[in-house]
Amino acid sequence: MTDFFQDQPLRIAGHAFTSRLLVGTGKYKDFDETAEAIAASGAEVVTFAVRRTNLGQEAGPNLLDVVPPERFTLLPNTAGCYTAKDAVRTCKLARELLDGHKLVKLEVLGDDSTLYPNVVETLKAAEELIRDGFDVMVYTSDDPIVAQELERLGCCAIMPLGSLIGSGHGIQNPHNIRLIIEQASVPVLVDAGIGTASDAAMAMELGCDGVLMNSAIAHARQPVLMASAMKKAVEAGREAFLAGRMPRRQSADPSSPFAGRING
Amino acid sequence: MQIQLNGEPRDLAPDLTVAQLVDDLGLTGRRIAVERNEEIVPKSEHGATRLADGDRIEIVHAIGGG
Repeated sequence: MTDFFQDQPLRIAGHAFTSRLLVGTGKYKDFDETAEAIAASGAEVVTFAVRRTNLGQEAGPNLLDVVPPERFTLLPNTAGCYTAKDAVRTCKLARELLDGHKLVKLEVLGDDSTLYPNVVETLKAAEELIRDGFDVMVYTSDDPIVAQELERLGCCAIMPLGSLIGSGHGIQNPHNIRLIIEQASVPVLVDAGIGTASDAAMAMELGCDGVLMNSAIAHARQPVLMASAMKKAVEAGREAFLAGRMPRRQSADPSSPFAGRING
Repeated sequence: MQIQLNGEPRDLAPDLTVAQLVDDLGLTGRRIAVERNEEIVPKSEHGATRLADGDRIEIVHAIGGG
């Protein structure tokens, strides 16, 4: 942010963040690249997956050594869960893994090929997790009514997809994202579908409170450079949103005055 | 006795505790979480929790994901 303007922090479930870019930790070449990309992104919130420990193999470095809980706000996710039951189990394992940590990213998927959210199972899981004391940031479709229902259940952030996970197709329905933002009183973050910096800027210009991405950075030809680009895009989009865009006009409107032209 | 460990059958000595299993697997001190028959076994109870024949144990950790 520029020095003459101080933005409000992004507040989620009692946490306050300066950065509005949240990043994943998947698909990187190695942990060094993961760490460098996260550093370049400036992200303070970092999501990760919970999986079975490989048994009988030499224990190598752990992801949590790369993104230590003391330095980052960790956001365990339920990626790969297709039922509310599995998602709830995964969150409880994550809470145990992180010594009582309550903030989770809930995603309950519908099928393998689209990874589209199964909103019926998502609603069920959200209700159960919130009852159990979790702070639930929820991945969902861009359906404004479902978003409303998730907020009513007590989710602390609504995270509609821009387009399919890992597709890089950007924000396919900006009108729905706007509708969700307009009615929400908790933060709205686009989660999934971002392909390049302009997509992230667009999300922020629409009025999103933040953006969560993984593939757009990790699958760029130069992930660390893209992480830096995304940081700037999110900041630029945020400032543009707060500044308020100029009105669109049908006709041209010269920026230089007509008066005093040498041919006048 | 036999348990299911991360989805695979495994033969164990009787009366093993979760802490002993974790140690035998070389995971003591690692950042892991343990679930027994779909219930969390908190770290503080690893030493006191004895495994039983037919238990389904999951041991998980954090990995990269988005």
